[in-house]
Amino acid sequence: MAGDELLILFNYLNCKTMIPNKFDYHRASSVDEAISLMAQHGMDAKLLAGGHSLLPAMKLRLNQPGVLIDIGRLDELRYIKKEGNELVIGAGATHDDIAHSAAARSTFSMLSEAADLIGDVQVRNKGTIGGSLAHADPAADWPAVMLAANAQIELRGPNGARTVAAADFFTGFFMTALEDNEIITAIRIAEPPKGTGSSYQKFMQPASRFAIVGCAAAVTVDGGVCQKVSIGFTGLADGAFRASNVEAALTGKKPTEENIAAAAQLAGEGVMPMSDHFASEEYRLHLARVYAARALTAAVR
Amino acid sequence: MATTIQVTVNGKVHSHEVDPRTLLVQYLRDVLGLTGTHIGCDTSNCGACTILVDGKAVKSCTMLAVQADGCEVKTIEGMAEDGSLHPLQEGFREKHGLQCGFCTPGMIMASADLLSRNPNPSEQEIREGLEGNFCRCTGYHNIVKSVQYAAKKISEQEKVAQ
Ligand SMILES: Cc1cc2nc3c(=O)[nH]c(=O)nc-3n(C[C@H](O)[C@H](O)[C@H](O)COP(=O)(O)OP(=O)(O)OC[C@H]3O[C@@H](n4cnc5c(N)ncnc54)[C@H](O)[C@@H]3O)c2cc1C
Ligand code: FES
Ligand code: FES
Repeated sequence: MAGDELLILFNYLNCKTMIPNKFDYHRASSVDEAISLMAQHGMDAKLLAGGHSLLPAMKLRLNQPGVLIDIGRLDELRYIKKEGNELVIGAGATHDDIAHSAAARSTFSMLSEAADLIGDVQVRNKGTIGGSLAHADPAADWPAVMLAANAQIELRGPNGARTVAAADFFTGFFMTALEDNEIITAIRIAEPPKGTGSSYQKFMQPASRFAIVGCAAAVTVDGGVCQKVSIGFTGLADGAFRASNVEAALTGKKPTEENIAAAAQLAGEGVMPMSDHFASEEYRLHLARVYAARALTAAVR
Repeated sequence: MATTIQVTVNGKVHSHEVDPRTLLVQYLRDVLGLTGTHIGCDTSNCGACTILVDGKAVKSCTMLAVQADGCEVKTIEGMAEDGSLHPLQEGFREKHGLQCGFCTPGMIMASADLLSRNPNPSEQEIREGLEGNFCRCTGYHNIVKSVQYAAKKISEQEKVAQ
């Protein structure tokens, strides 16, 4: 017995594992309880969903919340359904849930394409769309797709619920319109008109699989002409953004190879690109043009 | 503030008080003594720590033990049944799917998730299914063959059972 205990102690002392700072843990039994726990603990508390952004950050001490409120097991947040002419995705739906959802695929194929390209199987099994949107990593995939899908993000806080359009939600480097005491509950995406195609194309960092540049495009073609074009970029700048110049250049035009190439040439114009040891500013801008063309071409196919 | 958790690991129910910051991999290795689950990178990248939680592959270095409260966990130690190796274990032995063996438990658990969704995966699907698992020795070719061996063996076993 004592030997066992000694062994355990020995293992602990030798343990090279990175362990987060101490925190208190609460598992919320409902969204309402999570909201009241957040109100009670204030700035010291953080929500824990899949933990696949938060826990790595806590292990590196980049983030040291005193209280974790676990919403990762709330069934009321984990669903994907059609409601009228809208697709509604619960914030707790995992990337894997979305990758395998027929409802998501039939609304916008870029939803399944993007889900399938996030990290690896293990990451997709745990990580959630709500966590990804709240975290707003400048290289995350969902923000670009939400912009191209014109998604509405539903938030709930102590003062009730509100809805923010994706275009107003992402406000900068790891920044969103989310208040400290609010929780993302769902994402609403309107069924696009007939003749709409979409695609998500990503050039990934080969080790982390995060986007160096990711481009989501949705194009509605009617009467042989692009009636509506929506493009979201990630990885390129300090946050995901809509490429309204590229959208405008293709709107009203035929979806030909030449027109797509001309519009894609504008990708990245006026943007301050990120750069790192893997991809310089010039390289990112080049990728933006190439991936805009690929996403648009696949969307109108 | 310690938290009491109850976790079923390889069919056996365990109940312990844990510090909430205890990682699931630490709990398995240091508290339960199940050291078959390896820690390679500790940064969610290598997949050596992969286990099944409620049937799905997860990286146990990126999950807290408290998050597994009430869950069914399966580790490499739970794969063999009644003294005979799981077809995946047999496949890795027969097809030389390992050299140093460090990545093998994670490879086998990730493969178990893959085969549970897709009993007859193509070579491409096996490679994609194991994207989250690194092997620094084998070059992956024999790992793919090992998984193919297991898929075939499992489907044969099921035919016999019918
Ligand atoms: C190895 C690895 C590879 C990855 N590769 C990619 C990739 O290729 N592309 C990509 O996009 N992402 C990638 N990720 C990140 C992954 O997608 C995460 O799952 C995701 O960013 C966060 O979701 P989560 O549920 O894990 O959130 P958590 O880590 O639990 O939380 C993240 C943040 O969001 C907050 N939060 C969580 N849920 C809510 C909510 N409902 N309302 C309000 N706030 C909330 C938390 O408080 C926290 O601040 C990768 C992660 C890893 C570990
Ligand atoms: S040790 Fe968990 S992924 Fe490497
Ligand atoms: S066998 Fe050595 S790391 Fe895979």
